[in-house]
Amino acid sequence: MTNAATETLSVVVEREIPHPPEKIWRALTQPHLIAEWLMKNDFEAREGHRFNLTADWGGVDCVVETVEPHRALSYAWDTKDLRSTVSWTLTPTSTGTLLRMEQEGFQPDQKPYYQGATVGWPRFISELERVVARLD
Amino acid sequence: MQQPHDILFRTLADPTRRAIFERLCRDGDLTVGVLTAGAGVSQPAVSKHLGVLKRAGLVRDRQDGRQTHYSVQIDALAPLVHWTKEMKSFWQNRFDDLEDLLNRMDQ
Repeated sequence: MTNAATETLSVVVEREIPHPPEKIWRALTQPHLIAEWLMKNDFEAREGHRFNLTADWGGVDCVVETVEPHRALSYAWDTKDLRSTVSWTLTPTSTGTLLRMEQEGFQPDQKPYYQGATVGWPRFISELERVVARLD
Repeated sequence: MQQPHDILFRTLADPTRRAIFERLCRDGDLTVGVLTAGAGVSQPAVSKHLGVLKRAGLVRDRQDGRQTHYSVQIDALAPLVHWTKEMKSFWQNRFDDLEDLLNRMDQ
């Protein structure tokens, strides 16, 4: 194990989704659709494009790194306490798409993130539940 | 090199010590005497456990006349919380919302 301050870790979430890659691609790349499941944003599917994801608890600074239509998308995902990259991979299956998200990165300093996580996160999650409940 | 969480795990592995720590988390600032009354072990044993908790940075003490009060230092638990744990549940919720959206979208 390396020093905690520079340790790179990753989170993977993978799910079989009964929709074609083209449709999922739209949800991953059109700003008004991204806003429905992630956050408000000024995303453009163009490598090198800088954009922000914003929520009432703060925001995320992003830079588009990879755009391979209907197949792969990645962007830098930096907050004040986390330096990371989010990579999406879309693989067609017989019934839809295998969607994979990997976030890889590290915390420059553990403590502020811990405070953010314990103070900011529950608030964000409850806000989110409110929004989702309203959508139905 | 010993990692901060190794020390925390070792310190909290002892059930009596963990019970003392949990009591302090729940009830706040307490004296050795009050902690002993609920611990089921002798006062010197409680003092010894408090010393271990203090060296691990999990509690701090404050002298008030002849009494010593102990309270928790919750920040010491920070190394146990990885950003990955937080982000995993974040993304799982995002996937749920993404699927909801896809179900509502036209082709």
